[in-house]
Amino acid sequence: MVNYLAATSALDDVKHVINVLCEPHWFLIISVVALAVFLLKYRTVTKPAVAGTIGALCTLAFLVSCLDSNFVKIVTKADNVPIVMMMVLVGFLLWLAFRQAALNDERMERGEPLREAGADDKVLVWPDLVYIELIALVLCTAALVVWAIVLPAPLEQPADPNVAPNPAKAPWYFLGLQEMLVYFDPWLAGVVLPGLIIVGLIAIPYIDKNPRGNGYYTFKERPFAISTFLFGFVILWVVLIIFGTFLRGPNWNFFGPYEFWDPHRPAALLNTEFHDLFWQGLLDRRLPEHFLIRELPGIVLVVGYFVVCPVLLKATFFRRMYLQMGFIRYNVMAFLLLMMMLMPIKMALRWMFNLHYVVGITEWFLNV
Amino acid sequence: MLGRLGNWVREGQIWGSVFRHGVPRDRRTRAMAILSNVFLHLHPVAIRKSGIRLSFTWCMGGLTFFLFLVEVVTGVLLMFYYRPTVEYAYFDIEGLRAHVTLGLLRELHRWGAHAMIIAIWLHMLRVFLTGSYKPPREFNWSVGVILLVLTMLLSFTGYLLPWDQLAMWAITVGSNMARATPFVGYEGPGAAFIQIGGVPLVHAGDDARFGLLAGTFVGPNALLRFYVLHCVFIPLVVTVLLGVHFWRVRKDGGISGPL
Ligand code: HEM
Repeated sequence: MVNYLAATSALDDVKHVINVLCEPHWFLIISVVALAVFLLKYRTVTKPAVAGTIGALCTLAFLVSCLDSNFVKIVTKADNVPIVMMMVLVGFLLWLAFRQAALNDERMERGEPLREAGADDKVLVWPDLVYIELIALVLCTAALVVWAIVLPAPLEQPADPNVAPNPAKAPWYFLGLQEMLVYFDPWLAGVVLPGLIIVGLIAIPYIDKNPRGNGYYTFKERPFAISTFLFGFVILWVVLIIFGTFLRGPNWNFFGPYEFWDPHRPAALLNTEFHDLFWQGLLDRRLPEHFLIRELPGIVLVVGYFVVCPVLLKATFFRRMYLQMGFIRYNVMAFLLLMMMLMPIKMALRWMFNLHYVVGITEWFLNV
Repeated sequence: MLGRLGNWVREGQIWGSVFRHGVPRDRRTRAMAILSNVFLHLHPVAIRKSGIRLSFTWCMGGLTFFLFLVEVVTGVLLMFYYRPTVEYAYFDIEGLRAHVTLGLLRELHRWGAHAMIIAIWLHMLRVFLTGSYKPPREFNWSVGVILLVLTMLLSFTGYLLPWDQLAMWAITVGSNMARATPFVGYEGPGAAFIQIGGVPLVHAGDDARFGLLAGTFVGPNALLRFYVLHCVFIPLVVTVLLGVHFWRVRKDGGISGPL
C-alpha cells in the first residue's frame, strides 16, 4: 500500500514535469533540438538498433501515458486519432528515408554505386508492380474498414449559431494555421502566410539549383534544402498541429497532456506593444500623437529585417549559394526563408517580452 | 478440372474480346496486358527496379489516389441519403447511422478523407527527400502542390456538411480569416482605402468572406455552396489534374532515379 502510494506520487511528479515541458516554448525548443540532433547525427541515429530503441521508448511512454484519464480523453477523441497515426508514420518514414540516405552517403564516400542505381535494371509492370499495388490496395481497404468499424465518426449537437463551443477549433489539418493566429493577425496568419506557403512550395524546384540528389535518398549532398524543408514540415506544420489538437484547450489556453481542461482559466493577456517598449521603455517619452510616427520604429525594424538580412546572409553564410543561384533566385529564396522564420521569431518575442505587435497600425488593420 | 474450366473461359470469344491478349505469362503478353488496358496503361510497360521498391516511394502517391477513389465511391453513396439544407442535413446524417444498412459509409468517407490528407503530405515528403522535384519534374511538383491545396479544400468543404456544432464552428473559425484578406476583406489592411467619396466599397456584405459563405455567417447559403463545391466542382478539377499528374510522371521519364 505504502509502496503503491509512493509510486503513484512519483508518477505524478513525472507527469508534472512533462506537463511543464509541453509548454509551448519548451516543447518547441525540444523539438528543434531533436530535429537538429537527428540531422547532425543521422548516420548513428538511424542505425536499426538505435532507432528501434527510440521507437520502443516512445511506444512505452505512450502506453504508460494512457494510464492517465486526461491523456486518454484527448488522444482517443475520434478526430484526433488520425493525428496520432500521422505522428507515428512521420517518425517511421523519416527513419526509413534517412536510413537510406545514410547508406547511400556511405556508399558514395566509398565510391560504390547507389542503392537506386542501375538505370537499365528494368522489371515488367505486370506482374511486379501491379501485384504490389493490388496488395497495398487490399491492405489499405482492410485497415480503413477496421478503422471505420472501431471508431464512429463524430456527430455533435445540431449546429447552433448562438452557442459557441470553447475552444472552437478549425479542422485538424488547419490547426497549424490556427496556431499562427495566436502570434499574428488574421491577415497574416490566415491569408498571407498560407498563401506564401503555397507559393513557396511551388517555387522550390525553381529555386533549388543543386543538381545533385535527384532521384535517390541522400542528406550529405543537399543538407540545406532538406534541413529547411524539414524545419518547415516537422516543426512549423506537424508540431503546430500537435499544439493545436492536443495542447490547446478552452480559451485557447495551453494545457499539458495530463492536465484537466479547465474552462475557467482566463485567456492569456497580451499588453506589450513594441511602440511601448521603444518610446516609453527605451526613450522614456510619451507616445507620439500620430500613429505613423508612433509605429515608425516597428516599421523600420520589419523593413530592415527583409532588406538587411538577405544582404548580410549573402556576404556570410550564403556566399556560395548566391553565386550558384544568381540575383533573382537568391532574393526570392531569402524572402521566403525570412517569411518562414517570422513565425519562430514572433513566438520567441512573445515568450520573452509578451509582445503583441511589432507594428500595430490598428487604424488600418495593419498589425505585424 | 478447374484449370480446364479456366482455360476454356480464357480461350472463348467473350474473354478474348475483353482482354486482347493471352494469359500474361511471357514478356510479350505481359507487356500487352499493360498496353491494351486503358487503366493499367497509366503505367509504363517496364519500370526501373528501384522505382517499385516499397522503401523508395512508400506507395504514398498510389495510396493517395486509391483513397481518392474510395472517397468518390462512398461520396456518391452518401449523396443518395443527404440533402444540403439546414432542415435536413443534420438529421440525414443521424439517420444514416440509425436506419441505413451499411451506415458505415460515413465513417469510411470521413476516415478516408483524413487518411488521404496524411497520405498526400507523406507523398510530398518522399518526393522532396528523394529530390524528385528536380529537373525534369519541376512542373509535376507544381501540379502536385495544387492537388495538395485542392485536397485540403475538399476536406474543408466536406467538414461543414454534417451541420453539427463541430462542423459549423470549425468552418466559422476557418472562414473568418477571409475577413482579413488584404484589400478585399472588410477587416483586412488596405480595405478602408477602397472607397468612393467616403463610401466604403468593401464591407461585410460584399467582401471575400461573403463570397466564400454567400452571407455574413455560416448559414443555409454557405451549406449549399460548400455542398456544390465539395461534390461537383473540386472533385472535377482534381480529376483533371490527376490526369495531368500521372501523364507527367510518365512523360518525365517515370519514377525518378539516379542517372
Ligand atoms: C491527389 C494527390 C496526389 C496523387 C494521387 C499523386 C499520385 C502520384 C503517384 C501515384 C505518383 C507515382 C510515384 C509515387 O507513388 O510516389 C506520383 C509521383 C509524383 N508526385 Fe504525386 N500525387 C499527388 C500529389 C502530389 C503532391 C502534393 C506533390 C508535391 C508537392 C506531388 C509530386 C509528385 C512528383 C514530383 C512525382 C514524381 C516523383 C518521381 O518521379 O519520383 N504529387 N504522384
